[in-house]
Amino acid sequence: MAESASHAIPNVSLAERAWRIRRNALRMGEVQGQGYIAQALGVADVLAVSYFHALTYRPHEPEWEGRDRFLLSIGHYAIALYAALIEAGIIPEDELETYGGDDSRLPMSGMAAYTPGMEITGGSLGHGLGIAVGMALGLKRKASKSFVYNLFSDGELDEGSTWEAAMAAGSHKLDNLIGIVDVNNMQADGPSTQVMNFEPLLPKFEAFGWFAQRVDGNDLAALVEAFDAARHSEAKKPRIIICDTRMAKGVPFLEERERNHFLRVEPEEWVDALAVLDAGRPA
Amino acid sequence: MRPSKYERPAHLDNPALGGTRLTTSAMIASIAGPDQRTKPAPFGHALVELARTRPDIVGVTADLSKYTDLHLFAKACPDRFYQMGMAEQVMISAAAGLAREGFTPFATTYAVFAARRAYDFIFMAIAEENLNVKIVCALPGLTTGYGPSHQATEDIAIFRGMPNLTIIDPCDAHEIEQAVPAIAAHRGPVYMRLLRGNVPLVLDEYGYHFELGKAKTIRDGRDVLIISSGLMTMRALEAAKRLEADRIDVAVLHVPTIKPLDVGTIEREAARTGRMVIVAENHSVVGGLGEAVAGVLMRAGIHPPAFRQIALPDAFLDAGALPTLHDRYGISTDAMVASIKSWL
Repeated sequence: MAESASHAIPNVSLAERAWRIRRNALRMGEVQGQGYIAQALGVADVLAVSYFHALTYRPHEPEWEGRDRFLLSIGHYAIALYAALIEAGIIPEDELETYGGDDSRLPMSGMAAYTPGMEITGGSLGHGLGIAVGMALGLKRKASKSFVYNLFSDGELDEGSTWEAAMAAGSHKLDNLIGIVDVNNMQADGPSTQVMNFEPLLPKFEAFGWFAQRVDGNDLAALVEAFDAARHSEAKKPRIIICDTRMAKGVPFLEERERNHFLRVEPEEWVDALAVLDAGRPA
Repeated sequence: MRPSKYERPAHLDNPALGGTRLTTSAMIASIAGPDQRTKPAPFGHALVELARTRPDIVGVTADLSKYTDLHLFAKACPDRFYQMGMAEQVMISAAAGLAREGFTPFATTYAVFAARRAYDFIFMAIAEENLNVKIVCALPGLTTGYGPSHQATEDIAIFRGMPNLTIIDPCDAHEIEQAVPAIAAHRGPVYMRLLRGNVPLVLDEYGYHFELGKAKTIRDGRDVLIISSGLMTMRALEAAKRLEADRIDVAVLHVPTIKPLDVGTIEREAARTGRMVIVAENHSVVGGLGEAVAGVLMRAGIHPPAFRQIALPDAFLDAGALPTLHDRYGISTDAMVASIKSWL
């Protein structure tokens, strides 16, 4: 946390950070006219707490050895992570306009080689947690104090590789690994729990040897408490924070769309969306 | 031939055909001939030796350390060995993560499992980011009698399509010992086919030295050029000796690096006038060294007087004893000699 004092703008509340992340995401969505906006709006609070409360990093030295690693397993959430990386001062704000364009450092699906602060290439789902296991083993071997965070989705709970990694993390007692599952209950073919029922999730992770917590992923205070517990627990176990989030949180007319995995938003609606979001700007 | 579950094998009830007497077995799985020199576990010993000076080297396996000779490394460097369980996807992902943190993982399993079960993880987590992971896999091609579940007859076809990946198919213990430090010194992902256990020792007699990316003429000859990799180079050298009696002069060009291919040397050797060119590989006719060499000749416009392939059929192969199967599928020395004579 000591290093976090150098973040772009100090003394800004987490609510303000989350609002700015949502705004950055909407502006990128507007560039393409469509995209994984609902996920970005839904996970913005989780990212705000990650980047402005929990993680240690240096904005101008994204590969600094002492950083906490934040892995984005869900490549299509790149729009959300870019929004956070811009807010964190790791990506310059003016690159936002290039999102998804030719030769942009901000491709539609997150890739490690393209973007500062992007640790892995996600997109083929079910990869992040396994890579996190290897990085956590490597950090332990280096006697590093850094944590590996892996943000993945409820859809990725369908992938067998996620559970291979969950079992390996438990077996190797990786107490420097913090998994974050975004449970927004929406994947490509519909509500996640209907596509493939993964509940009850908390006892599943506990049974795999994890220190598990489940919180409202749009409640900043609850998230802060959960991240603190995950970081400071004495348990020799990997930690999981299951975050129940609401798709498109912060823009009610988008929240209400029934199928919002991949949102198409009309040009005039972007203006409305930004206006609604701005009206709800934290005091 | 492959038996049918619906028919009792005829030999069982006919003592003249052998009755129930066991004459061969899938337990006969050595590729070494009866009088051949061998060396035990060349990969395991070479890795232990290298690890003394390379603290970045770690070992990772999916419940097959004993069967890939990695147990020697696990014993010598227990704190640098990671058991990932019988789970190839997380084994490969974890190797990617370790490489991201600056280590050089040697990840071992069987070739079938790396190629078939972990492909996307090797492709995206390792190759796409050019990470420094060495994937070393036992039972390449037809080196077990267990049937298709264990016979990686198409691993090279699968892996050749992967950008950034270097593919190595060593011939013998001598070459494996030299390849281990060479692939560790190379920055980037490598897939190496592994001969394990008591591995034949052949190439030391020829003063051979492994160089990554280099094809080497092991012996020269005027009539036939055999371009081969892996254990088929050993067979090609035996066949060449046998064909001397028939005054057939056979050259052997050993190509241990399947990708990137030593295009210059292959073009130069194949373009030498008057020689039949034969590609010999312990792999399916589809997508291996044979088609790779054919592609080189096609693009260079080289037309040898004849161009033939010794390789496994595009089929699910039988279970049984390895010598029987190598004869059946044309990759034993006897079968090679017969094929070459029939083509001349």
